[in-house]
Amino acid sequence: MSAPASSRAGGANEPKIALRGVCKAFDGAVVLEGLDLEIGTGESVAVIGCSGVGKSVMLKCLLGLLRPDAGSVTIDGAELSANRAAREAAMRRIGMLFQSAALFDSLPVWENVAFGLIQAQGMGRGEAREIAVETLAQVGLGPDAADLYPAALSGGMRKRVGLARAIATRPEIILFDEPTTGLDPIMADVINDLIVACVRELGATALTITHDMASARKIADRIAMIHDGAIIWQGPAAEIDSSGNEHVEQFINGRADGPIRLAVADGAHA
Amino acid sequence: MKTNPLQGIGHGVLALFGAVGRLALFALEATSHCVRPPLYPRLLLRQMVEIGFYSLPVVGLTGLFAGMVLALQSYTGFSRFSAESTIPTVVVLSITRELGPVLAGLMVAGRVGAAMAAEIGTMRVTEQIDALTTLSTNPHKYLIVPRLLGGFLMLPFLVLVADIIGVFGGYLVSIYKLGFNPEAYITNTFEFLEVMDVVSGLVKAAVFGYLIALMGCYHGFHSKGGAQGVGKATTNAVVTGAILVLVFNYVITEAFFAQ
Ligand SMILES: Nc1ncnc2c1ncn2[C@@H]1O[C@H](COP(=O)(O)OP(=O)(O)O)[C@@H](O)[C@H]1O
Ligand SMILES: [Mg+2]
Repeated sequence: MSAPASSRAGGANEPKIALRGVCKAFDGAVVLEGLDLEIGTGESVAVIGCSGVGKSVMLKCLLGLLRPDAGSVTIDGAELSANRAAREAAMRRIGMLFQSAALFDSLPVWENVAFGLIQAQGMGRGEAREIAVETLAQVGLGPDAADLYPAALSGGMRKRVGLARAIATRPEIILFDEPTTGLDPIMADVINDLIVACVRELGATALTITHDMASARKIADRIAMIHDGAIIWQGPAAEIDSSGNEHVEQFINGRADGPIRLAVADGAHA
Repeated sequence: MKTNPLQGIGHGVLALFGAVGRLALFALEATSHCVRPPLYPRLLLRQMVEIGFYSLPVVGLTGLFAGMVLALQSYTGFSRFSAESTIPTVVVLSITRELGPVLAGLMVAGRVGAAMAAEIGTMRVTEQIDALTTLSTNPHKYLIVPRLLGGFLMLPFLVLVADIIGVFGGYLVSIYKLGFNPEAYITNTFEFLEVMDVVSGLVKAAVFGYLIALMGCYHGFHSKGGAQGVGKATTNAVVTGAILVLVFNYVITEAFFAQ
């Protein structure tokens, strides 16, 4: 069941995921401006940053859902924008938990979880359902949840189902978009624990974007901070409190005054 | 910035060409997926039931009342010059060639086009379409193809039903209200009816079904900006779907019958 570890295109030092000089603007509004980020195999990295700074845009560039204006995105050394086949091949090795979970409303929970198994791997529905129920158990949901529809779930349950869907295909890379946003602190911690357990169990490479410091500290080996379209600081999670970067210090202490000016006033006459 | 009227016209024309180009590319991409595996028979079946079966009541009622009023209206007009005997022919030709496909098309544009735009639009703004891609499933294949094929296949069926019920509506009014002889009415109905009259209506229906589904999918797929965006997409899907039905009705009629 484990992912093939030997089929890597690059050498031993090749990062699993590399974004180099990624730029992205929407109708002239620059969001990413030369963003560089490398993630090694088996590493868990958290990217922190203010709301609206472009964290989700970065993930979407990585997934090929948005095409960067410039720069390169490689997974295992293979350039994603090269062609559709490369992107599709990379997608099979990636699991993604969306900010809003993005569960399919028209399908029951178990089919949501088994979607990748049935559609991408062509597994039979019976077998896929068994695996889905097992995966749901892994995230703490009983078999009776399998036949519910997403509309009947609470926010925490939706996140768990989203997590189960992301790991059901046993991906080598898992991406988390604000996994704890909108949850109470206890449920947030439960999700953090689940993420740590799932990533460790799969031996996967993980990239989490968040503005929840507790979550970043818990999940990540390494933390990077994004500001003004680029990574302005990165280092081991343990060193975040002694970063010596005033942007980082303002962010982790949650102060309104400091070098980061939120566009609250600008919004009025934008 | 100075606003020159010519500049405004230029912008408008460019925007129009841009929109038509985007739509054409979308149609081309989606249609090309109709003939490339994998296809999803389960989803196609669901759309066929959704479009074909659940539209039956509304399309049937539309056909019934169209046929009834047609007989009544023709009678009040034609009796002025004693041409009542042509009423069965007028009813059956009008229904099969024009009213069946057009009225059914407009009703389905309202019912099905709106539902498609709302469903796909919601999936777009809640990132479900992005989620499909990350699960290695092509959203064109999974969402668009079953709807396009469903519309294309089921509208002819609906129009055939509307034709039959419409003719029956004309029959009811003619017999029970206008005092026609039943056997004579039925004989007259089929006397001047040609295969081409029905076939042209069914061809129209297939084209309308494809266009309505295309509009629903296109506007839903490109909706943005939350609930308001989905509402706008739904309105646009119905309006453009209905207009395309009327435009293509003329184009196809000309192709079939203009010498
Ligand atoms: N598809 C899009 N079209 C236009 N603007 C977008 C789009 N996606 C994101 N943006 C803009 O990019 C900026 C960053 O958004 P996002 O990455 O979602 O922020 P966050 O860091 O909170 O995840 C925002 O200002 C947003 O308005
Ligand atoms: Mg975000």
